Amino acid sequence: MADYYNSDDLERFGEVGKHKPELFRKFMDWYQASLEAGALTKREKALIGLGVAHAIQCPYCIDAFTRECIAEGMDMEHITEAVHTASAVRGGAALIHGLQAGNTAEKILL
Amino acid sequence: MRSFDDTVREALGGPLTAADVAILQLNIGYVCNLRCKHCHLSAGPDRGERMSLEVMDEALRAVSRYGIRTVDITGGAPELNPYLRHLVAGARAAGSHVIVRTNLTVLLEPAMADLPEFYRDQGVEVVASLPHVVGASVDRVRGGGTFEKSLSVLRRLNSLGYGKEGTGLVLNLVYNPPGAILPGPQRELEDRYRRELAARGIVFDGLFAFANMALGRFREFLVRSRGLESYLAQVRRAFNAATLEGLMCRHLVSVRWDGTLFDCDFNQVPGLPVDEACPRHITAFDPGRLARRRIVTDEHCFVCTAGAGTS
Ligand code: SF4
Repeated sequence: MADYYNSDDLERFGEVGKHKPELFRKFMDWYQASLEAGALTKREKALIGLGVAHAIQCPYCIDAFTRECIAEGMDMEHITEAVHTASAVRGGAALIHGLQAGNTAEKILL
Repeated sequence: MRSFDDTVREALGGPLTAADVAILQLNIGYVCNLRCKHCHLSAGPDRGERMSLEVMDEALRAVSRYGIRTVDITGGAPELNPYLRHLVAGARAAGSHVIVRTNLTVLLEPAMADLPEFYRDQGVEVVASLPHVVGASVDRVRGGGTFEKSLSVLRRLNSLGYGKEGTGLVLNLVYNPPGAILPGPQRELEDRYRRELAARGIVFDGLFAFANMALGRFREFLVRSRGLESYLAQVRRAFNAATLEGLMCRHLVSVRWDGTLFDCDFNQVPGLPVDEACPRHITAFDPGRLARRRIVTDEHCFVCTAGAGTS
């Protein structure tokens, strides 16, 4: 795994913009604007980010959003609840596809 | 790895030097009623270092002789030095602006009952540390119950006019990140403090966001959690040459409890006094020479120059 995921790479994110700077700039502008406080507070957005980070299992995002949650004054209790919420939604999403399996089975079973 | 000194030389074309001695900062002792996890001085109830009346009077002589504009009193908890009132009154009588840095909770001790009124009467500027507006976060760093106690003292200061417009009584707050991360933008933090404290009936003038200094108890934590290297790498990456101009060491001299002179409070921890070309004790205070001195720097200085700067 060490070759694929290196924690130092988080700080090198900007290098992704090397070959297509204008696209990267657009992404960064959008990313930053999305995370600014609006109708939702920065704290709420940090929790959403943490939840999504776990659902997509991105180690970089988990690192970044855990820091963000801590900067927002949250602790492991908040973080763990957010992880459970993300995991529960993920689990539920898998589970509801059981209906599809059922539909298919119904179609083909004698 | 490039030293702080080399990094500064590259940015400024020369070494870091003082600009003036506008402020005399007096650390009047390392004793404190709290034992905060981020304290760079490892202050606590068990520390015995304390500035004597003799050293204090030497400092007051220097203040009035050289017309020092601001006297900035810190600790530990400076309130636990029995001569604090003498120092404040002396500095005010010499015409200086006086700042006292407080952890707030110490003002709940019985012996301090009338200290806030004394501060008000002397026109002292209060700089109070309140590391977060989330109570659990403060209690984790400073000990259970600290947040609510701090708020009660802030309300008391407000009731005396502190932080209120038109009174001239300045109340500034200090934020520290709750761990090995750098502070977010000061402006945003200040807005949040203002909103959340207003909801609890508290007002204040301004907020300073200080990064945690990789010294003392906080450094011990970093070593224990094996995070020292990554924290130092983080602050190095965040080096911002624009902070050099306003570094506190360029505008103040810090006096240790025993009268030794330092470029700042942080340099007291590794025991790095002012450059040897200058007199190094308050008894030989010489602002002419100190105002032109070279600043003694080390790796920990990167914390001061990270992001928007810390000092
Ligand atoms: S640690 Fe002290 S000497 Fe170093 S930059 Fe900060 S204020 Fe200046």
